[in-house]
Amino acid sequence: MDYLYFPGCTLYTKAKNLDRAAREAARVVGFELHELSNWTCCGAAFPLATDNIMALLPPSRILANAMKEGENLTTLCSVCFNVLRRTLHLLESDPEKREKIFDFIEMEYREGFHLVHYLEILRDEIGFENVKKKVERDLKGLRVAPFYGCMLLRPSEEMRFDDKENPSIFENLVESIGCKAVDFPYKIECCGSFQAVGAPEVATECGHAILSSALKNGAEAVTTTCPLCQFNLDTKQREMKEKYPDFPGLPVLYFSQLMGLSLGLPVETLDFGRNDVDPVPLLEGRGIL
Amino acid sequence: MKIEISRGTVHDDLAQTVEAISGQNLFACYQCGNCTAGCPVSFAMDLGPHQVIRYTLLGLDSEVLASNTFWICASCLQCTSRCPKGLDIARIMEALRTVVLRKKERLDHLSMGDLTEEEIDRTPQIAFISGFRKFLS
Repeated sequence: MDYLYFPGCTLYTKAKNLDRAAREAARVVGFELHELSNWTCCGAAFPLATDNIMALLPPSRILANAMKEGENLTTLCSVCFNVLRRTLHLLESDPEKREKIFDFIEMEYREGFHLVHYLEILRDEIGFENVKKKVERDLKGLRVAPFYGCMLLRPSEEMRFDDKENPSIFENLVESIGCKAVDFPYKIECCGSFQAVGAPEVATECGHAILSSALKNGAEAVTTTCPLCQFNLDTKQREMKEKYPDFPGLPVLYFSQLMGLSLGLPVETLDFGRNDVDPVPLLEGRGIL
Repeated sequence: MKIEISRGTVHDDLAQTVEAISGQNLFACYQCGNCTAGCPVSFAMDLGPHQVIRYTLLGLDSEVLASNTFWICASCLQCTSRCPKGLDIARIMEALRTVVLRKKERLDHLSMGDLTEEEIDRTPQIAFISGFRKFLS
């Protein structure tokens, strides 16, 4: 199975540890990612002002390029996925805006094009039971709290990703690779998102509340699919510890790193050195590494 | 604070502009407060999102535009997802940001020059791009 792949700007730099492990893991479970030959930044925010057509141009151009090259496009970053899926939904449902946008970018729109998240490929095409069959390394029931954040799920009528209040796709994945999924009430909360630059102390509070809830429910690690969640939950633990000296902290891994680990990928492929809170002591302590 | 309301100020220019930009009918809000209760960042807001909607409808323009609510909003859509009246409250917050950012004076909410080198170095691009889209005119 082949998919066109849109990495997005952050996966090329700050989130290489999300990108590399996912590309390798895809091959192991049975699908190939072919990077879109011509792509730009998606704009990182779906415009909520109904008259802001300009912000729809970058994601529309990305989709139009993908429409030239294939039938399906996949992506990993929750923000990119949200922007692209909402844009595609708008193009499908609002012919007037679609015409305006495609006239402006001077490209062809094609019906019947699909945008899928990498996790959806695992659930709907490969099947978690088949992921399970490829497991090489025992993750020994590591207690992992899957954190969805907001962008994968909302708005649910447009994202059509999973149940908006009680999703399960992420739990099913981590269970299939030998972890124990930890349910916690903050799994669909917001990490603070772009307030990391607008009101950083607010984002620190959000992150602290989420991680404290995961810890309280017995998590040894948290996992995410979004580089912005990763930043607010992992990198900002420095600030959390300054404000809450008793906060013990815990590793936050990309789902692709955990998946790659279970599939037996070489550890250097997983780029654990890029995670701010080093997960290696935990993995060694549990006898996984 | 003494607030005077007259028939003339209800549903004024600001309320109508917010409705036009957001595509939402502010009168649909019945002040249940579900948006504010579920908002993960309401602890840092001076007015809850439901209060912002009410103030906007009542013509309390300067109070609304001086509040930090729509600058603290992270567009996570929890309010939108849970509103029993189907209002897209995140769009109303965006409309208020937009009203300020589209003023002639270009009132940016964020100064790029204030970012430290350390912040630039460690923060992922999506945070900057997304933030600049929300905070710069």
